[in-house]
Amino acid sequence: MSCLLALEIRDLIVEVDGRRVLDKVNLEVPEGELHVLFGPNGSGKTSLILTILGFPRYKVVHGEIIFMGEDITSLPVNERVKKGLGVIFQNPPQIPGVRLGDVLERLAKGQGETPTNIARRVNFPTFYLERELNRGFSGGEIKRCELMQLIAQKPKFLLLDEPDSGVDVENLEIIGGIINELARERSGILITHLGYILRYVEAHKAHVVINGKIACSGRPIEILDHILREGYWWCDKCRIMKERGD
Amino acid sequence: MSQLTKREVELREKAAKALNKKAKYGPDIDVSAFSRTANDWGKTSPAELPADVRNQALRAGVQPDMKARAGTFFQIDHSVVFEGVNKYFDGAIELISTVEAKRKYEWLDEYFWKAVPVDADKYTAIAALNWDHGYFLRVAPEKKVTVPIQSCLYISRNNLDQNVHNVIILEPYAEAQVITGCVVHPNVSKALHVGITEIYLKEGSKLTYTMIHNWAEHLAVRPRTAIILEKGSTFISNYVNLKPVGSIQTYPTAYCKGKNSVAVFNSLIYGGKKSIIDVGGKLVLEGEGSRGEVKSRVIATENAEIYSRGALIGREANTRGHIECRGLLLSNSAVIHAIPELRGEVNGTELSHEAAVGKIAEEAIYYLMARGFSEEEATSIIIRGFLDARMFGLPELLQKEVEHAINMVVSASL
Repeated sequence: MSCLLALEIRDLIVEVDGRRVLDKVNLEVPEGELHVLFGPNGSGKTSLILTILGFPRYKVVHGEIIFMGEDITSLPVNERVKKGLGVIFQNPPQIPGVRLGDVLERLAKGQGETPTNIARRVNFPTFYLERELNRGFSGGEIKRCELMQLIAQKPKFLLLDEPDSGVDVENLEIIGGIINELARERSGILITHLGYILRYVEAHKAHVVINGKIACSGRPIEILDHILREGYWWCDKCRIMKERGD
Repeated sequence: MSQLTKREVELREKAAKALNKKAKYGPDIDVSAFSRTANDWGKTSPAELPADVRNQALRAGVQPDMKARAGTFFQIDHSVVFEGVNKYFDGAIELISTVEAKRKYEWLDEYFWKAVPVDADKYTAIAALNWDHGYFLRVAPEKKVTVPIQSCLYISRNNLDQNVHNVIILEPYAEAQVITGCVVHPNVSKALHVGITEIYLKEGSKLTYTMIHNWAEHLAVRPRTAIILEKGSTFISNYVNLKPVGSIQTYPTAYCKGKNSVAVFNSLIYGGKKSIIDVGGKLVLEGEGSRGEVKSRVIATENAEIYSRGALIGREANTRGHIECRGLLLSNSAVIHAIPELRGEVNGTELSHEAAVGKIAEEAIYYLMARGFSEEEATSIIIRGFLDARMFGLPELLQKEVEHAINMVVSASL
């Protein structure tokens, strides 16, 4: 099959302050596919996303990140984003005085969207545009605020770090709907802990990250099912088996 | 010249004795090194002033075309070039030179050197002895002037000493917004500006007083301001200083004498080059139920040294005051001092302060870079957010103008 790869990660080893957080990760996300990353806390899922984005704290010791056929491993964050990466952070920082509406306006410039329209899409009242970034927002509001920026940016590839964490049912439905819409005709990586978001979003493949390695991959529903029933013990066994197989 | 009153003679004597009295804060200045000679500019409409003067004024929030202004006072060096009130506000506002006003109204003597002591330091002293106009603004009782009143104090001559004395009186239940722009011509490399401002707010009145300083690198600026608040009156000061300056030292004091009076000092300061900026706000809460706030956002870059002071003195029960200072350091050789002082003198006063000084959070920069902004863009968005004029709570039009003035200066300096 001649499917084009949107993202290709080869033998990636990453360290933070000298500590290894990703260990020989290989990952291929073909164009048009959304891949899910499962894994226990601290296993390296967020590290992988921040490394793909190029956050300098995440030092690539070995390996390559190829995006749309181009090696982006040493590009600065904003250059990668300009090439089409778009992210939703799990815990975005508060930025006093910087208004959501102002940021959206800059992001949407020349893209045909207006901040007011975007606010409507995520079911935000327009006066929310006056609010300072991530200040005093509830869990669900933070995610919607992140999504609004993504809508304005129109990225080619989505990096979604736990869009369903700390979100109530009502918000989950809104967020799920938007992500589903965004994920159509786009590729991306989605981190989810409990898989709630998968009720609304169709994912093509899942990977389990354990101790900085991709332990196993497969169909999202099957893997989630195993995790929910057996916890990550099952994955551990799986990795062991895989290594034995190597 | 008319005969001096007994009080005026006494004031002059007191001033003469204070001529060598150093100010408590700020670098000392040899005032004799500045010139008292200025050309007479004659009378002219601000709209007909040279383009460079007009553009400079715009950067300090002053509209030379006087559109959307209830009144305009324009002083260049020692000359009042324009004073006028939009005819729609005739009878509601009086806006004339203080020299002229003093001649016109005998009773005005009561308002001179009452809030600010004449012998506070050498700067009040020279302002009393060498007085170069300034404006007298009076808003009639119960008149709510919703359109801003503007004044521009301009220095066009190198090495000039300009000493203005402003007096503002809001009669009972009057309301007004004043915007004052202090500006210097780009060719002026050195000068001294002393500005005495005495503000009297009668019962139930409300004044929003916005001042934009647009000085230059070797300017010495010594404003001396005091506000006396009567029952139920409100004073909101918004101070913006974004351009490098030689040195500024000012510590305005609001005396909340009346019951339930409210005073707020907000300031946005961006200090660069070798600026020494020593700015604060002092609240004396002596009316029952009076309250207030001193709030500042301070950015220091290059070799600037900024003092952000705040003082709350609680003298009566049921009073409340808060100081909040946030400082951002953009260089290793810049310094910010946040100096709050709380003095509770009675049981039942509640005074508090919070201060934070640091550099821009790296996390915030990378967050914005992850939206595609370059590091420089991200930094400038954060700085621009930090200097948020919305903290002033100005009416929309005035806020947009102040924001525009901030944008012009910030984008030029980044």
